Amino acid sequence: MSFYEVVRFALRGLSANKLRSALTMLGILIGVAAVILLVAVGNGSAKAISDRIEALGTNTITVLSSGRGGSTSTALTPEIADALADPVLAPDVASVSPVVSSSATLTYEGTDHDVSSFVGTTPGWFAASNTPVGTGAAFTADDEAQGRRVVVLGQTVAEELFPGVDPLDKQVTVGGALFTVVGVLQQKSSTGFQDSNDTAVAPMSAVRQVLTGYGSLNSILVEATDPGKVDAVQSEVSTILDQRLEVSATGAASTSTPYRIQNASQLLATQTETAGTFTTLLGAVAAISLLVGGIGITNIMLVTVTERTREIGIRKALGAPRRVILTQFLIEATLLSVLGGALGVAAALIGSSFEIVGVKPVIVPSSVGLALGVSIAIGLFFGGLPASRAARLRPIDALRYE
Amino acid sequence: MTAPVLDVRELKKIYGTGEATVHALRGVNLVVERGDYVAIMGSSGSGKSTLMNILGALDVPTSGQYLLDGVDVSRLADRQLALARNRLIGFIFQAFNLIPRTTAVANVELPLAYAGVKPRERRRRAMAALEVVGLADRAKHEPNQLSGGQQQRVAVARALVTEPALLLADEPTGNLDTRSTDDVLTVFDQLSAAGRTIVLITHEPEVGDRAKRLIRLVDGSIVTDQRQAPVLATGRHQA
Ligand SMILES: Nc1ncnc2c1ncn2[C@@H]1O[C@H](COP(=O)(O)OP(=O)(O)OP(=O)(O)O)[C@@H](O)[C@H]1O
Ligand SMILES: [Mg+2]
Repeated sequence: MSFYEVVRFALRGLSANKLRSALTMLGILIGVAAVILLVAVGNGSAKAISDRIEALGTNTITVLSSGRGGSTSTALTPEIADALADPVLAPDVASVSPVVSSSATLTYEGTDHDVSSFVGTTPGWFAASNTPVGTGAAFTADDEAQGRRVVVLGQTVAEELFPGVDPLDKQVTVGGALFTVVGVLQQKSSTGFQDSNDTAVAPMSAVRQVLTGYGSLNSILVEATDPGKVDAVQSEVSTILDQRLEVSATGAASTSTPYRIQNASQLLATQTETAGTFTTLLGAVAAISLLVGGIGITNIMLVTVTERTREIGIRKALGAPRRVILTQFLIEATLLSVLGGALGVAAALIGSSFEIVGVKPVIVPSSVGLALGVSIAIGLFFGGLPASRAARLRPIDALRYE
Repeated sequence: MTAPVLDVRELKKIYGTGEATVHALRGVNLVVERGDYVAIMGSSGSGKSTLMNILGALDVPTSGQYLLDGVDVSRLADRQLALARNRLIGFIFQAFNLIPRTTAVANVELPLAYAGVKPRERRRRAMAALEVVGLADRAKHEPNQLSGGQQQRVAVARALVTEPALLLADEPTGNLDTRSTDDVLTVFDQLSAAGRTIVLITHEPEVGDRAKRLIRLVDGSIVTDQRQAPVLATGRHQA
């Protein structure tokens, strides 16, 4: 009997029991789709987290004053910032942006808007902090040097002050001085509760003059030449700062330094770890659902074959060799598992194009392989095992089987 | 010299153990030559079906020897057994044993499929076999859409379709009216005339009368085994 004939037998066997075949496939479909989707949701949320952190800039460190005492000798000053841009002592530093910031009220034609962080910095800040300008342009080094009163607005500010109006070249009042809008920042995804689009950026010289005065800096943003050099930059910066701020190697240093260094790549590492845990957790949930789905498949396959033991007896009595019967049942099981699995993958792919509980699922290719592999293996094993057992029975015993 | 088709020696079959032990066959000796037409009669539970299942290579005896065409069946591997069941033996079950949810014609085609006959030829021969038992118009019906007698006739057609040298029939006319019984017996007569060997089980004396040899089984043993002149098919309808 040719293989082709056996395949036709298998197809006839499946179509003779349409409901049962459909239910078996449905079971496999749900099992496979659930696993793939669950892992995709876990992966998607992990990715969302790391995307947000990457948006902060992974190749920068931020030097903050730890704010002890406020004495001039420990404050961050523009001179210290300049000292950090030292190609000899700090060869891995790409740029240094001093930052002052304060809250401010912006006014345009009678409309007020409070900005929590009105940032004064140098032009290098835009690139270093991963805050590109959307429309218009950033201010220039010349603007900074001349202390021109120009400002780049965040999206939220632009929408609040200039609903339906092009904000470029308009003048807003900040702290009693007029600033000309030269650009609007690109929309940025928010990391936390704070709206990172509710900001305005202006040359540091102008901001110091108008808002903050000539006191210390709030922070210094230091950009490394390469994300891998961040740790090197951190130690180079520490060395320079220790010198500058006269941190004694013996006494006071034991408590703490007068500055603090925030490292985005460290943050990223922690967050990725957290996301990894999350994915592992979802993977465990998926594994359990795979197991449950697998038991379902096992059950249906066992019931099917047991129910068909009589049929196997008849076929043997009519002269079917064991191998032919086994092949037929294996093909049936394969078709069911492969079709069900493929439909499950399709369902998962369709499902992953929708947002699920606020997360855009990202399919993990290996989860597709795993889910498919496990269900097909289970289908084959538990479809094949009872069939081979039944095919080994004497015809009369198979016929008497209840 | 050719070996007898069936040669059974001291065949015993014991079911169950302990309290529930049943001696279904207590040492049966039986030789059936090629072309013989044997009817086995006996009361219910006398071991007829048990014997028939062993003869059809569907079951194995507890002890004793069974030679089919001179070959010891107990020594055959699965493949050879399958071949014997498929090519040599046509078996009609007391309980029909049609495959559920499968049309009558597909049921009849089944042994041909396992014999490797091409689909077109298979369909033709299956339809011819159904024609013989008068069920050509029910070819597309599934077993649960057929009456008991019709199912029995499909089972007969399925056993005949391979034109087996040995036909084993366990009460092939048990559910049939006189007319259908007569049709089936006429087919058996023709097969017998063509030189095929037939062994059938029956409760009806008029069916037993058609055979060349009548065996009576009581409590797992053969009590009478006699040759007889078969009654001709035409005689019965007028009676
Ligand atoms: N699988 C079995 N397990 C235990 N006992 C069995 C089994 N099959 C048959 N028997 C017993 O063996 C004896 C013979 O059974 P068998 O089926 O051969 O009878 P039979 O002559 O065909 O009867 P009937 O005319 O009713 O078909 C009976 O007593 C029956 O109860
Ligand atoms: Mg019986």
